[in-house]
Amino acid sequence: MVYKKRLDGRAIDELRPMEAKAGVIPNAAGSAYFKIGKTMCYAAVYGPRELFPKFLQNPEKGLLRCHYSMMPFSGSGERIRPGNNRRAQEISMVMTSALEPVVDLTAFPNAVVDIFVDLPQTDAGTRCAAISAAAIALADAGIPMKDMISSVAVGQVDGLVVADLMYDEEAYEGIVSDIPVAVMHNTKEITLLQMDGEISKADLMKALELAAQVTEKVYEVQKKALKEKFTSD
Amino acid sequence: MIVNRNTISELAKQHKRLDGRTLTEYRQPIAISTSISWTAEGSAKVQIGNTVVMAGVKMAIEKPYNDTSEEGGIMVNAELLPLSSAEYESGPPSKKAIELARVIDRGIREAKAINMKKLCIKPGEKAWFVTIDIITINDAGNLFDAAGLAALAALKSAKFPVVDPETWAIDYKAKTDVPLPLIKEPLPVTLYKINGALLVDPTAEEEQAFDARLTIASDEKGTVSALQKGGEEPLTLVEISQMIDIALEKAKFLRNELNKALR
Repeated sequence: MVYKKRLDGRAIDELRPMEAKAGVIPNAAGSAYFKIGKTMCYAAVYGPRELFPKFLQNPEKGLLRCHYSMMPFSGSGERIRPGNNRRAQEISMVMTSALEPVVDLTAFPNAVVDIFVDLPQTDAGTRCAAISAAAIALADAGIPMKDMISSVAVGQVDGLVVADLMYDEEAYEGIVSDIPVAVMHNTKEITLLQMDGEISKADLMKALELAAQVTEKVYEVQKKALKEKFTSD
Repeated sequence: MIVNRNTISELAKQHKRLDGRTLTEYRQPIAISTSISWTAEGSAKVQIGNTVVMAGVKMAIEKPYNDTSEEGGIMVNAELLPLSSAEYESGPPSKKAIELARVIDRGIREAKAINMKKLCIKPGEKAWFVTIDIITINDAGNLFDAAGLAALAALKSAKFPVVDPETWAIDYKAKTDVPLPLIKEPLPVTLYKINGALLVDPTAEEEQAFDARLTIASDEKGTVSALQKGGEEPLTLVEISQMIDIALEKAKFLRNELNKALR
């Protein structure tokens, strides 16, 4: 079996349709809605605010903290029990380290900036969508950032290197690899890199080059959302 | 906030509100959309003013309870997401979340809104269990009414998933055209008492200034199916009677908004 044509007919570098909006949650300091294909998320930034318990405080700079969570009805199978599970904790952690390199919290010693991302429906690529949404929300909140972070998964489905895998591709029979990547817009440095599956080094490097290209498309959507917010305000 | 609290209280005495609404006027816009989540069997998003709430229905086949062996069941859960307000924290459900879930649950359960017998597949062995999850996106006040509206809209939009008749395995990705056996449509309306005045649809600031509240769930015929009093101050019988009158009228208004949105 060889994967020549994608299940939904997309080109190999074609992302699913995206939608983004900044400032969707009035209570938050900054917020965003981001949708890619059937994966949808809301992100809200609260803070900088005082950090408790106090021993976590850093007098040198503020702390960035991500909280990723799937809504109980957002999985493609049975209901997900709410609450923190191991997967959500790991994703929260890698999200935080994906965003930290561009966020400058030296002006906010002892404070915390919390980013909450919640997903009402999912179809693969949730951590990437969450990071892209969180980056819009951070910018919307006016948190000092030296670059933008855009994130999308790339991978290899039965020999074909593709961008933005959907669930049915991740579950495709044959050798599949799924590589969530986050990229800094200006420097093209990578701030999130995970992989599961199997891939050769040559295909991996090809996939990462593809990631650098296609995250630009995410960046354009993020930029547009922020522009719309600040021209309408 | 303290200044506003006193101002809100003083204004209420004169039957006025900070945002210029009358006492029995809901905020605008009221926006209701259904099927907002493809992974849920039924779902809805409700906006009242700046308050945004989602509800999602998931269904599963389980063994009926021993005392109701010919019936399925429902469960309501509420998540007050830290995403939706600086007041909320991660962790196990707060008392506020539990109260919200239980009040919405009672409104639906006690109205016998869902025909539980029709949820039974095989008495004593298999029945459908319906979970309604209420999720706050932006809490700007009056979660009870927004959550009740979202829960009903989600139930109305729900369709059973496809089941393999031999293994009873559920294919959640395939939905049938069969809706839930919904026989009544209860909606909660919450009345707030501030400095002697009775009002509906408080903002988050008005919620800081209330003396007592009463949530009244009623169906399309005006039958009351659940009550919940909150707040530090007592209510007189005259006040309760007035509150129910307003609640029945406002339930009609919200029901009309829901039907318009679902059309």
